[in-house]
Amino acid sequence: MAEIVLDKVTKRYPDGALAVSDVDIQIADGEFIILVGPSGCGKSTTLNMIAGLEDISAGELRIDGERVNERAPKDRDIAMVFQSYALYPHMSVRENMAFPLRLAKVDKATVTRKVEEAARILDLTQHLDRKPGNLSGGQRQRVAMGRAIVRNPKAFLMDEPLSNLDAKLRVQMRTSVSKLQKRLGTTTVYVTHDQTEAMTLGDRVVVMRGGHVQQIGSPQFLYEQPANLFVAGFIGSPSMNFLPATLENSELHTPLGAIPLTDRVRRLAEAANAPREVIIGLRPEHFEDATLLDDNEKSRGGTFNATVDVLESMGSDKFAYFTVEGETATSAELDELAADAGSADLTDGGAQIITRLSAASQATEGAETTIWFDADKLQMFDPSDGRNLTYTE
Amino acid sequence: MSHTVQQTRPARPDKGKRAVSEGKKAERKLGLLLCAPAALVMLAVTGYPIVYSIWLSLQRYDLRFPDQQKFIGIDNYVTVLTNSYWWTAFGVTTLITVISVAIELVLGMGLALVMHRTLVMRGLVRTVALIPYGIVTVVAAFSWRYAWTQDTGYLARLFAPEAALLTERVPALAIIVLAEVWKTVPFMALLLMAGLALVPDDLLKAASMDGASAWQRFTKVIIPVMKPAILVALLFRTLDAFRVFDNIFVLTNGAQQTGSVSMQTYNNLIKGLNLGIGSTMSVLIFLAVAVIAFLFIKVFGTSAPGGDGGKR
Repeated sequence: MAEIVLDKVTKRYPDGALAVSDVDIQIADGEFIILVGPSGCGKSTTLNMIAGLEDISAGELRIDGERVNERAPKDRDIAMVFQSYALYPHMSVRENMAFPLRLAKVDKATVTRKVEEAARILDLTQHLDRKPGNLSGGQRQRVAMGRAIVRNPKAFLMDEPLSNLDAKLRVQMRTSVSKLQKRLGTTTVYVTHDQTEAMTLGDRVVVMRGGHVQQIGSPQFLYEQPANLFVAGFIGSPSMNFLPATLENSELHTPLGAIPLTDRVRRLAEAANAPREVIIGLRPEHFEDATLLDDNEKSRGGTFNATVDVLESMGSDKFAYFTVEGETATSAELDELAADAGSADLTDGGAQIITRLSAASQATEGAETTIWFDADKLQMFDPSDGRNLTYTE
Repeated sequence: MSHTVQQTRPARPDKGKRAVSEGKKAERKLGLLLCAPAALVMLAVTGYPIVYSIWLSLQRYDLRFPDQQKFIGIDNYVTVLTNSYWWTAFGVTTLITVISVAIELVLGMGLALVMHRTLVMRGLVRTVALIPYGIVTVVAAFSWRYAWTQDTGYLARLFAPEAALLTERVPALAIIVLAEVWKTVPFMALLLMAGLALVPDDLLKAASMDGASAWQRFTKVIIPVMKPAILVALLFRTLDAFRVFDNIFVLTNGAQQTGSVSMQTYNNLIKGLNLGIGSTMSVLIFLAVAVIAFLFIKVFGTSAPGGDGGKR
């Protein structure tokens, strides 16, 4: 149980490359915090610095108020779960889980008791005498968790612990990791590149990009109030739709047509001193098939007509994909997100809009449909630095 | 009735098996055919001499008295195995083998760790470390002999100016071991370095998170994980060391009871022209080497690195 504070922590490699820059995070006792970001954003380096596996170039790391920059990993009383699980192949499951206790010179009876208790929690009892080589991926993952929990460390560090599992098992393990953390109440720092994991697991999420913290907050807050374009595009699946727009006389001129600003948006945009050229963002669920709405509801937003490119019916709702003619929104953040998603070279003339419609929608592929969107929910971003012009604390 | 049933029963699985393995069978046949030339050459150059020397070892056959050649069964073995010279040589060989391989393992592991951790000029460090192994053994042995020769040798002058070390049994054996170790530590290090590469970094990180000190990481994680590689290295080196010849030949020529079994064999076979006794000794060395290999493989479970998947 411990509080972990990263105070302007920086990692600079000997060749001058800056991996992590001025990271400030305060992790409360018992909190489950997620570090998320595309590969190379510095999240794993940050985790390794907390673990003590990498030196801290500048700044201070405090665990329970004590500076631990210079302490060896073994003296920090922190347990870590690795993506590769890092189980000792020559030891049985029992020996693997007992290893940290043996090193700590805990007496035999206690070791046996603790290992068996952990095995029971993780449903590993019948596998205790097997070698890691004979276990399935999910079982190995649980052994790795077991090795971490047996010694009641001050904190757990998890480096993409579920990435090597197949999709179905990952969802299952996600729930059990979350339950386990709630049950033990141990401070946990969890690194992932998967925004779904970040959204579902953490009390708070830290979004990182290029070694800098972009935003820290609860999953819901990050979703509703992204601080900038990067967070807006990274959090949420399918991700937010972005369109270029021109702000003129309280009206937004967009490829979807002119959108009058609602009071909320106008007030925020004025306070943020919005430029003329902006990028607007709309989440897929803020669209709806216009035929399903009455006039009163329709008046709260705008409508546009477009041809459905692809329609994916999920049963509970339908995802409709449109291509909107005109230029696409461009910014450094969006380019990076596209590169991370591997879709950098997929833009083929016009912006693609993903909408989530009710299951009752009669929209069909290839047919023109009238789509309504909620203008009050739109977010406005400054293309030059990506900041959210409609951000409220 | 019963006759027909018996006939159809084995026919079915047979047919099924054949259908499955038709392609495999052809493949196996092709494999055998492709291996055949190499196997034949191997048989000609190794199989024949082995069989021939076993044949010779069962004869009384001294080239000085060619008329007395005669099949005498295992008499030669009785002669050799009841002879104190053989057992002295055997003891010397075992001693040299055990001591030099033990030292090589320790130094080789150290060198391997250094080479594994080296970040700058990796290639250069590895090349430099390999130089002793690249030098012809006889050349190196001569330089050791000159270095330890009384009055003229720089090492002799430095460490024992008053004594002729190569003429005393224990110091001479120590010098032989030194020469062996110097020559083969790089080889050992190379084999062990390949084993070190098998230890994933994450495992060491996990061990340090679990509270292991550097020494505990080495003894509890690195060594067990690379055990297959260590055993292979030990096997190679033990087999090699047991056949030690050139260093002894140059340094002492077997004087003061420093001769190995290979030296004894050479003395009987080439110098003494006694084909029977010499061949007997060759066969005995062959058997000793086979026993060493057997022990390593059966007792310690030596196998190719990574091959001991589910074993304890």
